[in-house]
Amino acid sequence: MRILVCVKRVPAPGARINVTADGMAVDSAHLGFTTSPHEECAVEEAVRLVGEHGGEVTVMTLGPAAAEEQLRYAASVGAHRFVLVPIQEVDWDPQRTAAALAGAIGDVESADGAFDLILFGNESADAGGFQVGVRVAYALGRPVVNGIKGVDIADGVASARREVDGGFEVYNLPMPAVLGVKEGINLPRYPTMKGRLASKKAEVVVDERSVEVGGQARVRLHRPVETVSETVILGTGPEAAPAVVDLLEELGLLT
Amino acid sequence: MSLLVICDHDRGKLAEASLEALAFGRSLATSAGLDMEAVVVGEGAESAAVDLAAHGASTVHVASHELLTDFGPEAWGETVTQLVRSSGAEVVLACGTDRGNEVVAHVAARLDQPFVANCRSVEPDAGDWTITRVQWGGSLLEDVSLTAEVVLVTVAHHAVEPSVAAAPAAGVVAAFRPDLDASLAHTVVADRVVLTRGVTLSTAPVVVGGGRGVGSAEAFGPLEELAGLLGGVVGCSRAVTNNGWRPHSDQVGQTGTRIAPDIYIASGISGAIQHWVGAMAAKNILAINTDSEANMVARAGHAVIGDLHQVIPAIIEEIRRRRG
Repeated sequence: MRILVCVKRVPAPGARINVTADGMAVDSAHLGFTTSPHEECAVEEAVRLVGEHGGEVTVMTLGPAAAEEQLRYAASVGAHRFVLVPIQEVDWDPQRTAAALAGAIGDVESADGAFDLILFGNESADAGGFQVGVRVAYALGRPVVNGIKGVDIADGVASARREVDGGFEVYNLPMPAVLGVKEGINLPRYPTMKGRLASKKAEVVVDERSVEVGGQARVRLHRPVETVSETVILGTGPEAAPAVVDLLEELGLLT
Repeated sequence: MSLLVICDHDRGKLAEASLEALAFGRSLATSAGLDMEAVVVGEGAESAAVDLAAHGASTVHVASHELLTDFGPEAWGETVTQLVRSSGAEVVLACGTDRGNEVVAHVAARLDQPFVANCRSVEPDAGDWTITRVQWGGSLLEDVSLTAEVVLVTVAHHAVEPSVAAAPAAGVVAAFRPDLDASLAHTVVADRVVLTRGVTLSTAPVVVGGGRGVGSAEAFGPLEELAGLLGGVVGCSRAVTNNGWRPHSDQVGQTGTRIAPDIYIASGISGAIQHWVGAMAAKNILAINTDSEANMVARAGHAVIGDLHQVIPAIIEEIRRRRG
């Protein structure tokens, strides 16, 4: 089977996210970059599925030229083919992103046939638009479900599990299909030294797309005003226990 | 001219998150000069209509069809799309839950309109609308301008408090039968598996969280015991699930579960931004940490500086002593 995974390069933030002086981007001067967490799991799931069923994994990203780093990371953990849809701007709006990806997927599929499965992350860690996978699936005319934390493939059907409060829902999608997956679907592997070396030689196909902007335009990014409250220190070590239980009593939680 | 709120329900009982969307929708409808209507989809939806009147819906569209037996993102999205086309709604709003964002994304794809997810404020205008939405799960805000024929938005979960309308609206029930293609059945829930009954991480009044400082899967025993004594559940940080100590379903944070308990007891958790955004809706936070400089300690209302392996057993003992 042939699986496509769409990933996004995002900054890897620590305790605080800063914004550039013009307010248009995250200040990444002191940050590393990574594959958005849900999508790192999507790559892992794709590699596992072709390991089980045979086939190959293609990874596509829309991003700056530097996003090639995330494609090579995918190569180092077992993906086979790579497509970069380059952009000059910091980020594209969700409509524009989806249209470009749908076009680039169309290019690959018209040469090699339809992917059996296309995986997206449920939402990107940074912009969090919650829509690109759904828009691409609709443009391609394929069934799609988000929030997936488990997939089994049998007889041309992708059986997908979605976590809900206290259990999960099961969806059975005939392939070709699209899934938005979530972290927790698996625990992604680390690249091996052999994988790292091989990833340096991976060929990245560049597919430049010209697409109109969508209706949502960034004006500025800013940090929310935090209500800084003084922390009440209830004590040090186990001697603080009575003060903690007093607090629980005050909150009516000890009944 | 109307604003349509997509409401989620469980066999007729409105979801708490939808009450947030209705409260947000009422004020937006007022400022935009629109009439607020609601749509409920599927079996049992009609019994939600009375509550919807109390929350300010002038009309309650009850959508039914053989395919709408259970949740199905595509079937729901197609249904709402057809209702928007027939009712001429100018604004479509839902709460930014997994379901809400997914359904509105489907409406957006079908109408070929922008969709602004997880908004904190929406300012109507004769031209472009000005919207503030959350990025990074809530640790960053983005102001956007929106050019659209139909305004499609979700309101960030926990951003507004549910409230009833000052005076109930008419809540006139209007049956709506969408024209649905049989292929949409492929993405309707085929089966449900219940793993736990009772309190869950997202609804628990008390969450006892553990981070890297807990040290091992076995060391979560005392956290389980404390959670049990308080009628709560255990949560954890991303470091813990990455180490395989707890299942991902226990993870609190941007890529895990958003919690809103009466108290979150965060033990051995340093408080990285991804974890904080999942915990910040807690009404009270007690941090237990050996490091008085930890982010979680700085952000918590209360803190104990010390080793959780000593502090938590002491708390358990003190609760037992007081209860006799």
